[in-house]
Amino acid sequence: MDTVVDMAKAIKIQAKDVNVFYGEKQALNNVSIDIEDRSVTAFIGPSGCGKSTFLRCFNRMNDVIPSCRVEGSIMMGDVDVNSLQTDPVLLRARIGMVFQKPNPFPKTIFENVAYGPRIHGLAQSKTELDDMVEDSLKKAGLWGEVADRLADQATGLSGGQQQRLCIARAIAVGPDVLLMDEPCSALDPIATSVIEELISELQQRFTILIVTHSMQQAARVSQKTAYFHLGTLVEYGDTKDVFTLPKNEQTEAYISGKIG
Amino acid sequence: MSDFLSPNLVVFAMTIAAAFLSFYLATGRVRKQAIASQTKSHSLNQYYGFYVSLWVLVPAILLALMWMFAADPMLTSAAKARMVDAYPNLPESFLNLKMAQLVNIASGYIKAPDAVMAAQAELLRAAQASADRARSLTLAAVMCNGFFYAFRRVSPELRARVLCEAFLRRLFFLSAVVAILTTIGIVASLLFEAVRFFREISLFDFFFGTHWSPMTALRPGDAAAADEFVAGSTGSFGMVPVMAGTLLVAVIAMAVAVPIGLFSAIYTSEFASWRVRNIVKPTLEVLAGVPTVVYGFFAALTAAPFFRDLGLFVGLDVSSQSALAAGGVMGIMIIPFISSLSDDVITAVPQSLRDGAYGLGSTRGETIIRVVLPAAFPGLVGAFLLAISRAIGETMIVVMAAGVAANMTINPLESVTTVTVQIVMLLTGDNEFDSVKTLSAFALGMTLFVITLLLNVAALTASRRLGQRYE
Ligand SMILES: Nc1ncnc2c1ncn2[C@@H]1O[C@H](COP(=O)(O)OP(=O)(O)OP(=O)(O)O)[C@@H](O)[C@H]1O
Ligand SMILES: [Mg+2]
Repeated sequence: MDTVVDMAKAIKIQAKDVNVFYGEKQALNNVSIDIEDRSVTAFIGPSGCGKSTFLRCFNRMNDVIPSCRVEGSIMMGDVDVNSLQTDPVLLRARIGMVFQKPNPFPKTIFENVAYGPRIHGLAQSKTELDDMVEDSLKKAGLWGEVADRLADQATGLSGGQQQRLCIARAIAVGPDVLLMDEPCSALDPIATSVIEELISELQQRFTILIVTHSMQQAARVSQKTAYFHLGTLVEYGDTKDVFTLPKNEQTEAYISGKIG
Repeated sequence: MSDFLSPNLVVFAMTIAAAFLSFYLATGRVRKQAIASQTKSHSLNQYYGFYVSLWVLVPAILLALMWMFAADPMLTSAAKARMVDAYPNLPESFLNLKMAQLVNIASGYIKAPDAVMAAQAELLRAAQASADRARSLTLAAVMCNGFFYAFRRVSPELRARVLCEAFLRRLFFLSAVVAILTTIGIVASLLFEAVRFFREISLFDFFFGTHWSPMTALRPGDAAAADEFVAGSTGSFGMVPVMAGTLLVAVIAMAVAVPIGLFSAIYTSEFASWRVRNIVKPTLEVLAGVPTVVYGFFAALTAAPFFRDLGLFVGLDVSSQSALAAGGVMGIMIIPFISSLSDDVITAVPQSLRDGAYGLGSTRGETIIRVVLPAAFPGLVGAFLLAISRAIGETMIVVMAAGVAANMTINPLESVTTVTVQIVMLLTGDNEFDSVKTLSAFALGMTLFVITLLLNVAALTASRRLGQRYE
């Protein structure tokens, strides 16, 4: 596997020889990848190839699954994400996650965004908390729509608004990295394009890893694309190269719609 | 005729035999007709059999039921009239005993003590025999009628399957109606008696009176004296102390059951591996099968003395029948109830919410306290309300352990009484059933019913709200 590193951008995360097992079954095979800082990296590949599994390695969400075992190193700066010494709770404050289905808590809009700052003790005063909530909602492009209804139940928002609320909720903790697992798959095309624009804006502040089944989406929002097949990283490079001149024939077959 | 082959049994056997026979005849008829007319019959042959059998059986069963409710009492009352003639001077209660004896003599269970009884028994037996004969003939006529009506209609074009299914549907509907009607009937009789009570005692006195002593009200003179004694009192049927006792016991029970039940539910749903869960959950649920009288034992013989001794030890005066013992044991009784319902509710909280909380860097405890429990809250409230309504309606434990004195207190160490205990006290033993004292039991029962009904409705609404949120 050859990795093209654009020297203009620093490396944010470096994964080396990551293997993941669910019980006896191996789901990922020696995956190594360098993730660029402040860019969007898309993970694509057929269903069941291990994209979600790999994404969940970055914030140790696989810990939640009892049968799951992760080997290898994932360095973020000088922190090994996968080391036993690393506290997943602190790690997840630095690496936010947005899920496939919007999952706002059954609380008010305000309380949803304030949740992270509260549990991590980020705000010293009520005004500071208010500012954080407002700031996060603005970054998530939702402020205009909800500014006057912060006390409403979050479950009353539309699907697209809920997903942006989940993004705001993740941003509020102040992470450097955002993981997104098919964030638009439960949304209609208009809500999807809103989120895609948002991702392009967020890219200036955050390192974003996104799993998507939509080739067009990967092409639109990402700078780098990684193609997975049956638990291995088959191809990784600049998005425009992967989509125009795939080096690997499996990648080409997938992109042109022959597998998947 | 021997005992075993009683007329009832013979008639029953004949009816069943008739049903089978008509089944056989009907299937035979439709088969033959289908062959003769070279058509395919609308339904499977067996449905024609069922169709005719139903026409034989159902009217017969209805008739037999009607007979039981109408004819048998007529026989008895006629016999009783004859007995009154035979023993003109016997008091009513004694006559009733004689009647019971007479029925037994007529059935041949005991020998007649004298010639008068023997003659009366012979008359009764003759009357029964002719009634039985009349019933058998009527039954036979009804069954023949049903059979011929249905049998003539049997032909390949008859939509027997549809008719049978329509019958089944009506049968199920009828069962549901019976269930609802009996409930309504019970409530209505409760209401009826309660209204009679409130003709004697004003609503205000009952619901806001603070003095409860129905036993003294039995003797009118004493009741008046007692009323004067409790200066300015509103009468002896003030339910406030009884209600207070009920609530006190229920609150103690909930104070025991909610923490233990909820925490064990959190453990089984959030922490336990599935193997542990598969052991712990059924074990807790087995506790729900312990008869309440056993808990009553435990409360009266173990818990109450224990609390009293403990009280002595620390220098507190604990009554030997304390609200604490009754409530505590009742709490143990409803633990499985709460833990099982709460476990279901917590497990129903979508995993995606937990993932969301973990993804934001919550610890396990924060996830449970800040996300899972609030999300489950309406369902948990529903579970608690159901548990309270169980606690309020529970009888055996409090009868055995709480006491009967209607003390107006919120001190758990004292003896209190509850609505259910009072109802038991009022309606057991020798009573005239229309004294104000016994009627007050119905008023209490009505109040209890309304309270538990409201609690259950609230519980249902709460958990339905939870359901809507996550569909
Ligand atoms: N909790 C689990 N327990 C056991 N096996 C799992 C679990 N989660 C995923 N797997 C297996 O790991 C492999 C990779 O799954 P993963 O969810 O990462 O795929 P994916 O690429 O995200 O697929 P999709 O595009 O459908 O979301 C699959 O074969 C899947 O069956
Ligand atoms: Mg996936």
